[in-house]
Amino acid sequence: MKKEWPLWEVFIRGQHGLNHRHVGSLHAPDAEMAIKNARDVYTRRNEGVSIWVVEANNITASSPSDKGPLFEPSNSKVYRHPTFFDIPEEVGHM
Amino acid sequence: MYAQMVTSTGKGVQSLEDMSPEERAFQERINRGEKIEPKEWMPDGYRKNLIRQIGQHAHSEIVGQLPEGNWITRAPTLERKAILLAKVQDEAGHGLYLYCAAETLGVSRDELLDKLHSGDMKYSSIFNYPTLNWADIGAVGWLVDGAAIMNQVPLQRTSYGPYSRAMIRICKEESFHQRQGYDIMMKMAFGTEAQKEMAQDALNRFWYPSLMMFGPSDKDSVHSAQSMAWKIKINTNDELRQKFVDQTVPQAKYLGLTIPDENLKWNEEKGGYDFSEPDWTEFFEVIKGNGPCNKERLGARVKAWDDGAWFRDGLMAHAEKQSAAKLAAE
Amino acid sequence: MTAASTTLDPAVYADWLMRLGDNTLILGHRLSEWCGHSPVLEEDIAMANTALDLIGQTQLWLGLAGEVEGKGRTADNLAYLRDASRFRNVLLLERPNGDFGQTLMRQFLFDAFHLELLKSLQTSGDPRVAEIAGKAIKEVAYHLERSADLVIRLGDGTEESHSRMQTALDDLWPYVGEFFVSDDIDKAVADAGIGPDPADLKAAWRQTVDEVLRAATLNVPGEGYVHKGGKRGIHTEHLGFILAEMQFLQRAYPGATW
Repeated sequence: MKKEWPLWEVFIRGQHGLNHRHVGSLHAPDAEMAIKNARDVYTRRNEGVSIWVVEANNITASSPSDKGPLFEPSNSKVYRHPTFFDIPEEVGHM
Repeated sequence: MYAQMVTSTGKGVQSLEDMSPEERAFQERINRGEKIEPKEWMPDGYRKNLIRQIGQHAHSEIVGQLPEGNWITRAPTLERKAILLAKVQDEAGHGLYLYCAAETLGVSRDELLDKLHSGDMKYSSIFNYPTLNWADIGAVGWLVDGAAIMNQVPLQRTSYGPYSRAMIRICKEESFHQRQGYDIMMKMAFGTEAQKEMAQDALNRFWYPSLMMFGPSDKDSVHSAQSMAWKIKINTNDELRQKFVDQTVPQAKYLGLTIPDENLKWNEEKGGYDFSEPDWTEFFEVIKGNGPCNKERLGARVKAWDDGAWFRDGLMAHAEKQSAAKLAAE
Repeated sequence: MTAASTTLDPAVYADWLMRLGDNTLILGHRLSEWCGHSPVLEEDIAMANTALDLIGQTQLWLGLAGEVEGKGRTADNLAYLRDASRFRNVLLLERPNGDFGQTLMRQFLFDAFHLELLKSLQTSGDPRVAEIAGKAIKEVAYHLERSADLVIRLGDGTEESHSRMQTALDDLWPYVGEFFVSDDIDKAVADAGIGPDPADLKAAWRQTVDEVLRAATLNVPGEGYVHKGGKRGIHTEHLGFILAEMQFLQRAYPGATW
């Protein structure tokens, strides 16, 4: 037969309260086994409290050539950052 | 190193002016220290070189399980058994991370394994040497992992994102490997006469093969120059070998063991040790397949893969049945 | 320690603890033989995790056995310096690995028993036993989850994987009865409130096994001949070879520290 197990991307929540973070990939025949394999491969050193897996095929990524149009426009929206605004010291912490 | 003798496909390094606009932009990104990510434009040679280098590195990790795996069932205490098993298991993990990094370049793990099994792709020469006594397990951790770390630490800064991230993870996990090796060497070197003899014997046999891990001198190699320009190779083979010798000599001294090299001498002028070159004829023979264990090592990998085919296929078939049943129910 | 456990002859108690420790030692050893040789990297890593758990449990059980025995023997002394006739593991666990299916089937049949045993030991009258069981049970619950899952998937996979799993089950079935045979040592330990009568674990074990094997589309063999003897030190030929390999360094270089 010879069909390669699909590739899965693994995301792990390292501690309660943190976001899941991409840690790597692995192969597994289906999602349930991908979770088990992720437990054995990526949490050998007590690294996680929760695991997500997504089949690599199902991830839609932004295209690298769109990097300019996608991300550069936000460069000019400096008013979105708190340091844009000067608040007098007498007002106190804000 | 774990990727010895990876010859680049380029014709040597071109000057920025001679490059196409795409190549120039690519090289400038690398020069600025930016990471190249999957699916971004890259020269064909860069992609091919990386596949070969990462693939060879991955193969070295899984073949590298075998010489140490040999001694898991003979480890002398329960604790040593657990430590060694955990270490060899880590190597499987490192192979896995690296295969995944290679896969981002458009090659599958199965394709890479097929090339290993057919002999089209190589793995590090070091794993074709036998582990004959328990001190060899110490020597492998101390010398072989020590040499590997020399190469892997700078590779954390390599230009290809997935490779760099795999190396960061690997280096983090590797940190206990060399120490456990040296820990075994200490027990052996400071133990009974027989243990000390085993320790010296292990050093005698692993010294030159460890020096070979860095590959022959490449200071004049156009291939290496290209790899270095692309930052998929960070240091020359000679630089790393020198660093390894300088680091290892005092460690051997502490153990009261003698490095099997009459020419080993501190050179004040260069601030490092002078030492004898390994026998490069032997190295090329081992690469060609004539090392003491080439047949056993590759044979064991092929057997594991072939014997496991029914297992992999069985699980795939079950998963497909389940997903078909799920679809039918919807 | 409770009053009940002090009435138990230390030699008997230690012998019983060695049954626990030798089971985990021999199975852990067998699993470690796969390291570097499994069908796929993910499985190589997973199996090593199980082996590591079992070796860790061995250190605890044999450590306690040495303590209870009171002759100053450590877990390592017990593992590396007893001959086969002093080993107390059940015969199933010393069976050669065979193909990966045989290994997984052996694992599943034992995991299902191991979990029931540890459940019961969590409430042992000896807090030292209860504590070890409490730690081990989390590991073993995962072992069972994994081995049961793989048995189901392979049983209900391809024709070949199905037939290999059925063969494995048929080959290993005659060895499972030994789990539940109670002898004087088991009775003394049960009377002291330290451990269960193994016969009492059979119903729960059988329920798990039936459920999983049904899902795996495998036929459960009938009650037939039961191979036994491991718990009394009468082993198969295989154990001698395991020990020859495992104990080699300790035997060849007595008194060395490693």
